Amino acid sequence: MESKVSNIEKTTTPVFKGFEWRNYIVYFAFIGVFIYFSITLGDEGFLTTGNLLNIVRQTATISLMALAMTFVISTGEIDLSVGSIAALSSLVGALALQAGYGIVGGLIGGVGTGLVVGLINGLLVTKVAIPSFLVTLGTMGAIKGVAMWVTNTAPVPIVDTNFNFIFGSGDIGPIPVLLLWTVIFTVIAHVLLRKTAFGRQVLATGGNESAARFSGVNTMKIKLMVFLGTGLMAGIAGLLYAGRMNAGRFSFGEGDELSVIAAVILGGTSLFGGVGTIIGTIVGSLMIGTINNGLIIMGLDVSQQMIIKGIIIILAVAFGKKAMKR
Amino acid sequence: MDQPVLEMKNICKGFNGIPVLKNVDFSVKKGEVHALMGGNGAGKSTLMKILTGVYTADSGEILIEGKPVSIKSYEDAQKNNISMIFQEFSLIPTLTVAQNIYLTREKKTSLGLLDDKDCEKKTEKLLEELGVDIKPTDIVQNLGVGYWQMTEIAKALSQEAKILIMDEPTSSLTKNETEVLFSFINKLTAKGYSIIYISHRMDEIFEICDRITILRDGRFITTETCSETDLDSVIQHIVGMEFDQAFEWKERSYATDVPPIFEVRNLSASKVQDINLKIQPGEIVGIAGLMGSGRTELLRILFGIDPIDTGEIYVNGEKKSIKNARNAIDAGIALIPEDRRMQGLVLEHSVKDNMILPILSKVKKGTFIDNKKSNDISNEFVQKLNIKTDHIFKQARLLSGGNQQKIVLAKWLANDPTVLMLDEPTIGVDIGAKTEIVEIIRAMAESGKAILVVSSELPELLALSDRVVVMHDGKIKKEMTRKEIKSEEELQYGIQGF
Repeated sequence: MESKVSNIEKTTTPVFKGFEWRNYIVYFAFIGVFIYFSITLGDEGFLTTGNLLNIVRQTATISLMALAMTFVISTGEIDLSVGSIAALSSLVGALALQAGYGIVGGLIGGVGTGLVVGLINGLLVTKVAIPSFLVTLGTMGAIKGVAMWVTNTAPVPIVDTNFNFIFGSGDIGPIPVLLLWTVIFTVIAHVLLRKTAFGRQVLATGGNESAARFSGVNTMKIKLMVFLGTGLMAGIAGLLYAGRMNAGRFSFGEGDELSVIAAVILGGTSLFGGVGTIIGTIVGSLMIGTINNGLIIMGLDVSQQMIIKGIIIILAVAFGKKAMKR
Repeated sequence: MDQPVLEMKNICKGFNGIPVLKNVDFSVKKGEVHALMGGNGAGKSTLMKILTGVYTADSGEILIEGKPVSIKSYEDAQKNNISMIFQEFSLIPTLTVAQNIYLTREKKTSLGLLDDKDCEKKTEKLLEELGVDIKPTDIVQNLGVGYWQMTEIAKALSQEAKILIMDEPTSSLTKNETEVLFSFINKLTAKGYSIIYISHRMDEIFEICDRITILRDGRFITTETCSETDLDSVIQHIVGMEFDQAFEWKERSYATDVPPIFEVRNLSASKVQDINLKIQPGEIVGIAGLMGSGRTELLRILFGIDPIDTGEIYVNGEKKSIKNARNAIDAGIALIPEDRRMQGLVLEHSVKDNMILPILSKVKKGTFIDNKKSNDISNEFVQKLNIKTDHIFKQARLLSGGNQQKIVLAKWLANDPTVLMLDEPTIGVDIGAKTEIVEIIRAMAESGKAILVVSSELPELLALSDRVVVMHDGKIKKEMTRKEIKSEEELQYGIQGF
């Protein structure tokens, strides 16, 4: 602070009050990307309803995991294991269906798997006090291993058409069920983060953990809950993979942690905790989906997509950091 | 009629068998600002930690409005309407003022969702009542530090606090912010709130406080009414009569007829202005001043941690450009930082690894570190400075505070600096190690180096310094040779800005 302040200094950012353009950069970026592809790829069918709905279908799994990841990152933690959880959940769900437990059995299997891994992550972070980066780096590998081991890397086909309809390929009228899943969970997550005591305590924990504790927030419980959240949503994402692809498979969700974290950070949630936005996350996720889709139409392959995604993450964090320094 | 809101009677507390508080009595009346004073280690903060439930007293009782209470945790303290105003660490910077004030106590709508509007309305009322000019929807991190404190106070009041404890509340405030805070405190006392005010700044205490309680060496000395006492008697009570023989000043001689070995000319930066300083070879210069007077900041600037705006630094008559710590080290300047655990040591590393860190380039043999040489140097310093460790491979964190501080000293002595700067060199160190460290600093001076010491402990400063400069508000206000200073009291006067 300056040593000579003529009057008591009130705010440090008097200019542009109420409009921090950095907070909204994802929306501009999304519009920019969309317009760019519309112009360059308009002739190749980018703008058709079919393709746009495809983008929604392809991003649903990322979106769901990113919603839960917003909570984790808002507490200042990270969860790298979501992709692996999705893979294992798709397999457990498919195996439950194969064994004749029906849709409910598949649902319990898939979601239960996610919750169990989430619980392990959460307990290791809160009770054993291992940094979440290391805990989930470990479970990311271990759970992927389990997923490869249960069926010896063989995929498990799903023949239950109802399951496939509900969790993936179905359309209700013109609307894909995956769009409905995305909308429902987005609304729930938004209300949870903005309007409930839980959400407030998540942001408080990430904003200043010791202050939150002194204010009576059970920060350990909050952290445990957010890891259960990513476990749950990754479990559901696994089922959505299974429903869309009509099978459970160990390779589902591979590299998703990259897209999920990118979506969250891009959306404006601070990697340092304390600031989170669900709407931003969804737009971030859609933007990554749109970029993926556009790159595919352009004829780029997976490896090139990965390069672009990696660069996006770094750029997003660099912007986030500048916003923090303010 | 005057039933005190708070009484602490015969409070005793010891740590590891060493008594820190001995039968301390303390009482606060309704609607008064009561200063708690005493030198470092007098027991002020221990007493307040007992009041807020961080520690439990070994014996003695606490009465709130005449009724005995038991305070075992911070929650207990809050239940008894006692609140500590933390400096700035108990707010969530990313939330709004209203969200912070009502965190975990938000009103819910019938759907179980947060009713932010309700919190904002209540906050608005609270802020209006207190006359604080901020909006409930302002994000805390966008507000100036002065407002953080007021948000903090508003939070405490919303929790029905009646007794507020403020520890050095003005240390991070500007003059204007301090004035605002004081008028705010006056409003609070008019409404019947009581404030325990801990500070070293006498002018502030005489301005804002009604009564003063003074502790010394863990004992209650006196409680006096501000209007009936004066600076003299307060300083007298704080300093006491005892004089530590180990800390007696020894007149030293150093070369005065040679050019200064270290010189600072017209130095200004964000927190200090117009600093001019000359140090002769072998001279020890002490910097006295209150917290926030620019002492620590000056050392940081001279060591290249914080940037210089204007001014020049000369070492051995040569002008040095110091843009970072590496430049400073290369120029022959060393800094023993204030917080040895955070800034001075890599606690997880061994004694040896810590010592050779700044001199890695000197103990290299080709590309690799010369193990024998670095072991020899480490062992030499362990012996020379009498560091109590089983061996040089022991982790630094396992050593006592005094021995840790000696490692930090060794770290820089090994680099053979021309100018040695020390910030609070004996803080948190037991008396034995203190005397040893003072001796080490004297020996350094004897070998012809320039020494610059910052210390809040005046006996230490007086024991060491050949010359004392007093800093106030980022400027050098006074310069005295040691001979000119007759007593600690006189130095206190200088520091308080009289």
